[in-house]
Amino acid sequence: MPPVTLTVNEKQRTTEVESRTLLVELLRDHLDLTGTHVGCDTSQCGACTVLVDGRSVKSCTILAVDVAGSEVTTIEGIAGPGELHPMQAAFKEHHGLQCGFCTPGMVMGALDLAARSADPSEAEVREWLEGNLCRCTGYHNIVLAVQEGARAMGGAS
Amino acid sequence: MSDTGIGAAVRRKEDARFLTGRGRYTDDIDRPGQLYAHLVRSPHAHARVAGLDATEAERAPGVVAVLTGAQMAEDGVGSLPCGWLIHNRDGSPMAEPPHPPLAAETVRHVGDAVAVVVAETRTQAKEAAGLVEVDYEDLPAAASIHAAVADGAPLVHDDVGGNVCFDWEIGDEAATEEAFSRADHVVTLDLVNQRLIPNAIEPRVAIGEYDPSSDMTTLYTSSQNPHLIRLLLGAFVMGLPEHKLRVVSPDVGGGFGSKIFHYAEEVVVVWAARRLGRPVKWTATRSESFQTDAHGRDHVSHAELALAADGTFLGLRVDTKANLGAYLSTFGSVVPTYLHGTLFAGCYRTPAIHGRVQAVFTHTVPVDAYRGAGRPEAAFLVERLVDKAATELGMSPVEIRRKNFIDTFPYATPVALEYDSGDYHATLDMALELADYEGFEDRREEARSRGRRRGIGISTFVEACGIAPSSVAGALGARAGLYESGQIRVHPTGSVTVYTGTHSHGQGHETTFAQLVSDHLGVDIDQVEVVHGDSEKSSFGMGTYGSRSLAVGGNAIYKAMEKVVDKGRKIAAHMMEASPDDVEFEKGVFRVVGTDKETSLGDVAMTAYVPHDYPEDLEPGLDETAFYDPANFTFPAGAHVVEVEVDPETGRVELVQVTCADDVGTVVNPMIVDGQMHGGLAQGIGQALFERAVYDESGQLVTGSYMNYTMPRAADLPSFTLGRHTTECTHNPLGVKGVGEVGSIGVPPAVINAVVDALSDLGVTHLDMPATPERVWKTIHAAQA
Repeated sequence: MPPVTLTVNEKQRTTEVESRTLLVELLRDHLDLTGTHVGCDTSQCGACTVLVDGRSVKSCTILAVDVAGSEVTTIEGIAGPGELHPMQAAFKEHHGLQCGFCTPGMVMGALDLAARSADPSEAEVREWLEGNLCRCTGYHNIVLAVQEGARAMGGAS
Repeated sequence: MSDTGIGAAVRRKEDARFLTGRGRYTDDIDRPGQLYAHLVRSPHAHARVAGLDATEAERAPGVVAVLTGAQMAEDGVGSLPCGWLIHNRDGSPMAEPPHPPLAAETVRHVGDAVAVVVAETRTQAKEAAGLVEVDYEDLPAAASIHAAVADGAPLVHDDVGGNVCFDWEIGDEAATEEAFSRADHVVTLDLVNQRLIPNAIEPRVAIGEYDPSSDMTTLYTSSQNPHLIRLLLGAFVMGLPEHKLRVVSPDVGGGFGSKIFHYAEEVVVVWAARRLGRPVKWTATRSESFQTDAHGRDHVSHAELALAADGTFLGLRVDTKANLGAYLSTFGSVVPTYLHGTLFAGCYRTPAIHGRVQAVFTHTVPVDAYRGAGRPEAAFLVERLVDKAATELGMSPVEIRRKNFIDTFPYATPVALEYDSGDYHATLDMALELADYEGFEDRREEARSRGRRRGIGISTFVEACGIAPSSVAGALGARAGLYESGQIRVHPTGSVTVYTGTHSHGQGHETTFAQLVSDHLGVDIDQVEVVHGDSEKSSFGMGTYGSRSLAVGGNAIYKAMEKVVDKGRKIAAHMMEASPDDVEFEKGVFRVVGTDKETSLGDVAMTAYVPHDYPEDLEPGLDETAFYDPANFTFPAGAHVVEVEVDPETGRVELVQVTCADDVGTVVNPMIVDGQMHGGLAQGIGQALFERAVYDESGQLVTGSYMNYTMPRAADLPSFTLGRHTTECTHNPLGVKGVGEVGSIGVPPAVINAVVDALSDLGVTHLDMPATPERVWKTIHAAQA
């Protein structure tokens, strides 16, 4: 089994994985970062979305060995202990989550959008979230949260 | 109103952990020494299991055991029970064929499991499952209602003739016949309420564990009702006493009904863990979710409405065939009957109603409650029929509804319910105003100038929630009581832990229930912890479904708080040297009436736990439990107005505006209530426009993944306009009614009424859901032909 070295949430990690191990399996099963969720087996739901070198990626579609040397950011890594990132705070303020299962993927996907667009329109947000399924919220409050989170970030990541 | 009490939009306490990735869902739990299970599932809809050879699988790397349905039967593991007994029209009980957790002789749907492979890793279990050789003798399948009731149809269960599980009726058939005999006009409608797949985003997970030193069995399961699972698994399936069986449902990623039921995999992991002496974990893939989570809806109905010439409703007749799937799921029998037929009156004074429901077995996944459960089917039927009647009589859809609205309460319907409160005119008025109904014809004309057909649709509906008064449920065949428990533990320093038998899987109980405590006991909301989801912590409970958590569970908590106040009053009276009768309590303070003497709940709690100077006849401590059994169902109601534009060239329906005015009783947290509305609306719109489970004739599930089952995505939906008109529930102390299912019940008929309205001058009078571009285009062309 090849060892893979990558940076996860600003810490360098080296782990032995099978060549077929998915990034989401590396995160959940090897690094115990269970905030990244698995909701499907066809790369349709987006619950497993993380940032790889700043871009949102479905971690079920990428092999762990393919991200060797990359910087991976998960939901656990975007705010300090006891703090909320402005995007997380916007989700709380606008009730953009209910059961919480799709939420990490939604937030990570939203961070990528916010880095590209500091003041996204409702249509832009809805289009951007095409790859993330939520069964609880009807997306209404997620859209409001992403818009406000992006504005609060002011183009920062 | 305090800023954290009833009526306040308190931001949710549970959000911090969910937003930071620290939620703890069942798949996030790993137990020491844990093994992994992978089920061997039938690829056939109907087959005899002629043989099973696990030799090669047992030799595969990491495999600990391959266990089969035959071994399970030898171990005396029982059948998965049905929780509700329905009686036929002739008084005889429904057919109850067995539902073995692992099939030993016959498989009855694609995904029915015959064996389980248990291995050291998830991958090893999965790979070895592919080595189990099952000799299936393929048999003909009946994969739809139509196929199952046809002459000579293959039988799903050998001893259930014609595949009919029961033939049930409600209402007065003779009175309804009489009403039709004097009708000036009869409107008829044949409709399909299509099969849906619930699709909570968290797939189901179960972990079984056995500790020989304590003889304790533990099941971790992604369930909406851990106590009910303990009851069914312990008493009916495994024969384990409840004090030796613990069921834990931690954070659960959505349920929508599909996680109410007792599933085979819960039995399999517990049975395997006890046999093997190590914890066993099973996590569904999404493909397994599609093939094993109970599906929803799947009714075919013929309905007739008898009217007087002026549009007054005289009688309603409904004949429904409901698909149960291959086996009776936990509540599969009550959904098309007492959760469906009892809602045929809707919001209207229809004096005579008769409904008949035949439930049929098919070679498909079992069908059970899915958000709304029977009530969306009833609302769709009634609201489509009412709209069709308006068209045929040349009345407006508003006028015909107003003419027939129930407007005095309480109101006893001809189908067994007594509505306690509501104001159907007020919610309709509000919805029409918010939707600018009056200005619609201008918008229709404007759209036509762009080549679009614009339509507007109304639905006014009522639902029965707060399931349920135990005596009523029992009389109708329920095999459990449907009360709820609530416990208030006031700690010595005045903080509070609330224990509830309901379960929160997105509904925000940890916040809403803390608001009840903050409001009534005056305790800072940060000093209140709500505990749920563990049979060892909460004394008992019936879980969360049927919009019952606040209406039943919340009132149990209120009752427990009343007990706390009663006891606290005696302690405070002793502390202040007054008579308990002279002590009043408000927002955390006990006060001697007419004086400035007062003491806080915190001081009373400390005294209760340090009772050095204490009333002689009183027990120490301040910890009270109450059970609340509702006196009646609750009856949320509302009016939904949907505006659509249809492109007649492509058949594509665009939702322009979705407007709702709802009456859900007292609102504790308006932010959470709106969120529940949004989610219900999305699922209702999903049914109306996108979602449909499709089996082919051989019983293969064609829509078995997100690649081909259309889930509503963000860009498919608009933002929603919500209004609220409150009439309080008259029979529970909080005045609450419930909100979880409103959107999925109210909005589908409004969407379809809008699409039909848009296409009415093209000759379209009805179309079934989902109104996909293909179906709309074909309907237009059929009407034009």
